[in-house]
Amino acid sequence: MVSYPGGDVREPSRLRPPRHRVSPRAIIWWSTQATIEVVAVLVPLVIGLLAWPDARPWLVPGTITVAVIGVGYLLVMPRWRFRVHRWETTDDAVYTSAGWINQQWRVAPMSRIQTVDTERGPLQQLFGLATVTVTTASAAGALRLAGLDRGVADDLVEQLTETTQATAGDAT
Amino acid sequence: MTAATALGEPGWQRLDPRMLAVTPLRQVAGFLPVIAVVLLTGIGQDIAGRVYSVLGGVLVVLLAGLLRWVTTRYRITGERVELRTGLVFRSTRSVARDRIRSVDVTAGLVHRLFQLSVVKVGTGERTDGRESRELTLDAISAAEADRVRQRLLDPRDTEPPDRCTVPAGTELAALRWSWLRFAPLTVSSLVALVAVAGVVGQLISDVGANAVDVGGVREKLTSAPLWVGIAAFAALVLVIAPAGSLLIFIEAWWGFTLVREPGGTLRIRRGLFTTRSVSLEERRLRGVEVIEPPLLRVGRGARTVAVATGLGGRRGHGRGTLLPPAPHPEAHRVAGVVLEEDPSPTATTLRRHPLVALRRRLVRATVPVLAGSATLWLTPVPAWVAWAALGLLPAAVLLALDAYRNLGHALTSKYLVTRHGAGVRGTVALQRAGVIGWTVSQSFFQRRAGLVTVTATTAAGHGGYSVIDVATAEGLALAEQAVPGLREPFVRHDVSGAGHTLGSMA
Repeated sequence: MVSYPGGDVREPSRLRPPRHRVSPRAIIWWSTQATIEVVAVLVPLVIGLLAWPDARPWLVPGTITVAVIGVGYLLVMPRWRFRVHRWETTDDAVYTSAGWINQQWRVAPMSRIQTVDTERGPLQQLFGLATVTVTTASAAGALRLAGLDRGVADDLVEQLTETTQATAGDAT
Repeated sequence: MTAATALGEPGWQRLDPRMLAVTPLRQVAGFLPVIAVVLLTGIGQDIAGRVYSVLGGVLVVLLAGLLRWVTTRYRITGERVELRTGLVFRSTRSVARDRIRSVDVTAGLVHRLFQLSVVKVGTGERTDGRESRELTLDAISAAEADRVRQRLLDPRDTEPPDRCTVPAGTELAALRWSWLRFAPLTVSSLVALVAVAGVVGQLISDVGANAVDVGGVREKLTSAPLWVGIAAFAALVLVIAPAGSLLIFIEAWWGFTLVREPGGTLRIRRGLFTTRSVSLEERRLRGVEVIEPPLLRVGRGARTVAVATGLGGRRGHGRGTLLPPAPHPEAHRVAGVVLEEDPSPTATTLRRHPLVALRRRLVRATVPVLAGSATLWLTPVPAWVAWAALGLLPAAVLLALDAYRNLGHALTSKYLVTRHGAGVRGTVALQRAGVIGWTVSQSFFQRRAGLVTVTATTAAGHGGYSVIDVATAEGLALAEQAVPGLREPFVRHDVSGAGHTLGSMA
């Protein structure tokens, strides 16, 4: 049992996961991204294979390795990321979690939020997704909710903007 | 004094006319080597041509200085500080008064000869807004600079400066000459070495390597045994480093005082040749850090640094320094008086972290050494090199032990205190009210060891201060209690073994 001044304490055991998942379409978005990345790496290798027959003895196994790793990445990453990227807003805070091997949970109280940004890349627009970035006055980084459904994101931004405007002070 | 009355009016003012002399002097001083080269070796063939080209250059510098003085104006109104510069490319920089977070006054040698000071008005904004950078008045008279500083920092300001009485501050700390003993234990020794090496290298390349070879010195040098060279080098290092660091310390910290001024500002003044004055608003203060670099720790010394918003992040590093290297107890005492807490929260007895944290440190320190050594065995280097690499093992273990010993945290009624560091030990006391969020992270290995790293984010200093490798339950409890009502809904409490979630499911 741990106790600090000013606290009535029961043993906290762990952080609960935030309530919401991102949009399931984010899986398609991440898969597309991963495919583009893997192709971008493979194309030069294949061109190399065709252009320099002398290099084939080592370039063939190299390319195969890259291809296997790449395909594994694009099969596993999007689903895994969907499982671990979670978010939630309560009346007084924004809460996110992310990370596969190294996990991270972030909390920003509403009263300390400085800006709420929305960002939609071409791929995200295609899939009707948006990324919301919530910053505080700290230089230690923002909370990023990537791959939200566009409508959800709009509602969230509206809600956050309203709440943060209602709180006084310069949030430092 | 005309300048004084003009300050109260919404009118524009010029910089001090003495700048007409100062700017060219400083620029000419900077170009002295070039001038010397031109005069000696010459671009033109005859001596007259050389003199003319130099005079022409000086004239251009003088004109540029005049132009700058004529085109630069500044104005301080009730809401803003504004600075206009430029003839062709006009620029107006304007800083809202309520955004001002620091006012620094510095005066280099030339400025001091003419009793002038440079005033830097900082907003400390991190965003890329138009007002993000500092506004610099280079230069106004020293007396005027002091009035401007007081006026800009006084939240109740408004009165014309002549009604401003000179406020009497409380001195919180002042330099003691016994602190000079810490000078050789600071990085400035290294700086001195580099500086001397640079000057010597420059001399050699300027004069030409052959000039050094007088009387066959090189011959003797190269034929002398290796140990003579090493001994000579070591002796040089042992003399130059301490002597240089003493000089640097004296120049930097001469006349150091830390004063609390009535308007709610902390003012640090120091400097022998270049005088510096840094003013820190206390309402921007979020905590204090006591830093003990390895060498200073050997001498039982420490530095005290303010954790404040608006110091400009990493770029402003060193602006928050509250105390030169000083004895350990003094560093904590100053931390205490600055925070108005007795005893200082930085000197609180800290809670140890679990022993698993030690294992993690040992693994992290020794594995690279072992791996490196093993790799060396596989490569065709002589065996003794690999053995020598293994010799680093005790040092790695000591470092790991030290890093573990330094881990600790505590929670006082108003402060979150955390300490960590291998070699450089930093103890931070952060206002609980200054915590603006939490990040809890857990790596794969931390998860297996049952540890977490809890980072309190803040608008001040580095932006976040971590309690590293704390037991999971303890870390979460810490976060929960440091800022009540913040994390509560997110922590799952186990009461008598049963899973149970607290808080709203909004």
